[in-house]
Amino acid sequence: MDRFIDLTLNGLAGGAIYAAVALSLVLIWRATRILNFAQGAMMMLTAFIALEAIDASGSYWIGLATALFCGLVLGAVIERLLVRRIEGGPHLNAVVVTIGLLVLIEAVAGMIWGGNPRSFPPAFDIRGYEIGGRTVPFSPNDLFIVGAVAAVMVASVLLFRRTSIGLRMRAAAFEPEVARLLGVRVGRMFTAGWALAALAGSLAGVLVAPAVFVAPNNFDGILIFGFTAAVIGGLDSPPGAVVGGLGLGLVLSYVGGYGGSELVTLGALAILLAVLMVRPTGLFSHARARRV
Amino acid sequence: MPRRVEGERASASASRDGSRGLRIRGITVRFDGLIALADVSLDVEPGEVVGVIGPNGAGKTTLFNVICGFVRPQAGEVEWRGRSMRRARPYELAGLGISRTLQGIGLFSGLTAAENVMVGADGSRRAGLGSAMLGLPRADREESRLRTLALEALGDLGVVEVADALPSALPYALQKRVALARALVARPQLLLLDEPAGGLGADDMSELGERIRGLAGEVTVLLVEHHMDLVMSVCDRVLVLDFGRSIASGRPADVQADPAVLEAYLGVESDPRPPEAGDAHG
Repeated sequence: MDRFIDLTLNGLAGGAIYAAVALSLVLIWRATRILNFAQGAMMMLTAFIALEAIDASGSYWIGLATALFCGLVLGAVIERLLVRRIEGGPHLNAVVVTIGLLVLIEAVAGMIWGGNPRSFPPAFDIRGYEIGGRTVPFSPNDLFIVGAVAAVMVASVLLFRRTSIGLRMRAAAFEPEVARLLGVRVGRMFTAGWALAALAGSLAGVLVAPAVFVAPNNFDGILIFGFTAAVIGGLDSPPGAVVGGLGLGLVLSYVGGYGGSELVTLGALAILLAVLMVRPTGLFSHARARRV
Repeated sequence: MPRRVEGERASASASRDGSRGLRIRGITVRFDGLIALADVSLDVEPGEVVGVIGPNGAGKTTLFNVICGFVRPQAGEVEWRGRSMRRARPYELAGLGISRTLQGIGLFSGLTAAENVMVGADGSRRAGLGSAMLGLPRADREESRLRTLALEALGDLGVVEVADALPSALPYALQKRVALARALVARPQLLLLDEPAGGLGADDMSELGERIRGLAGEVTVLLVEHHMDLVMSVCDRVLVLDFGRSIASGRPADVQADPAVLEAYLGVESDPRPPEAGDAHG
């Protein structure tokens, strides 16, 4: 029983990270109907920048704030300069462009920072809480991770459901031409969507960095888990992304704990396939299946 | 808390200008050598309801697209209230007091009926992302103001009870009403209706006719429609297009009697009413 509790707590913290990555994919999908394969590389880039800021300032929080700000700008710039040219075109173009961006960012990061993984400090203590004389695998830092992801989710739901700019962003995503006729600056909504998504992604990058270390390719695996979580959640729903992320984290923790850690990636892909076969629109999607 | 300036829309309605409506001069549009519109001219006075009719492919929707700036004409000029529309971008239309419904429906599929209308109410206003993120409480109030406007507009069209339904859950006729509410919520001065009666049954159509008639005098309406009954009963004037050319214009009764119109639009029959079959569903 202790083992089950340990694995559950362990899965919660991992799942929160997947949820944050999924959230960034969902925000971009909602805004522009594009799957951003470069998200992992963007997270890596902002994590490196955060590391530099922490080294320079000595403060984790300045590093985090720098990463979030750079993520926001990076997302906006990428949308404006690159993605704007392929929006509304064939989906394959978007796939090729975002994968190309992934390769480009990872190569540039390799040139600047080299290929050796660098350690990243956690925000809080990573020793587990002691509960009933036993140390559980859930630390103050894990609590911070879960709380930060929850805060981002609540903020994005509020933005979409409770503000007029969120409304315009949704309208622009569903029917850009109609939205334009109604006075919505569709291009700006797309830019805002990418900026917000990259902000969420850079948060995920900083949160996961202590666990995976920072190197040009170290965030690719996280992107696959985040993508799986996003698909489970239906790609279109921020709460779905979070539930999908937490669920995936738990299942993978059980798979790793009871089955063996070599099965974790396999497990994620098996879940992805199962969801796509049984409910291709995801478990949380209420909209009809959209042709992609 | 600084007072919010409701500038744009207030000044737009204050400057409603009795002398200038919509001026369309010598519009020519070619698509790959095909003539979509050839030297089409039309004046619509403020508050007038003008119908544009013609067989399929006559260029009716293209004319709307020219007015909206979706299609740039090779020749000719569109003026709205004395302002050339040559440089107008589609997103600026709402701010200029122009509203358009689309053929079919064009509702946002993932937004509820009320949210659809709220986008229409919101369109001509400016607010930054920053203020929405930094001032959620204020953005929240703005949201509830929009919702109030949207519910009023839905209420005017008798569909307030479907406010929280997704469009796909609504019958076609109700979706059409939601789309009309969305077009009217911003209180446009020029309303472009592209086949508003398409797919409607007889009851819904006569109600739509009354509604359009009710707008006359306040809103300038340009109406593209296949249903002659509707066009003839609500329009002050009618423009008939055939293969991109304007072949007649004038009062409905005169146009109906025009031999060129009978020839082109109604074929050899002299009864202007189209067959009722196919309209019975609704």
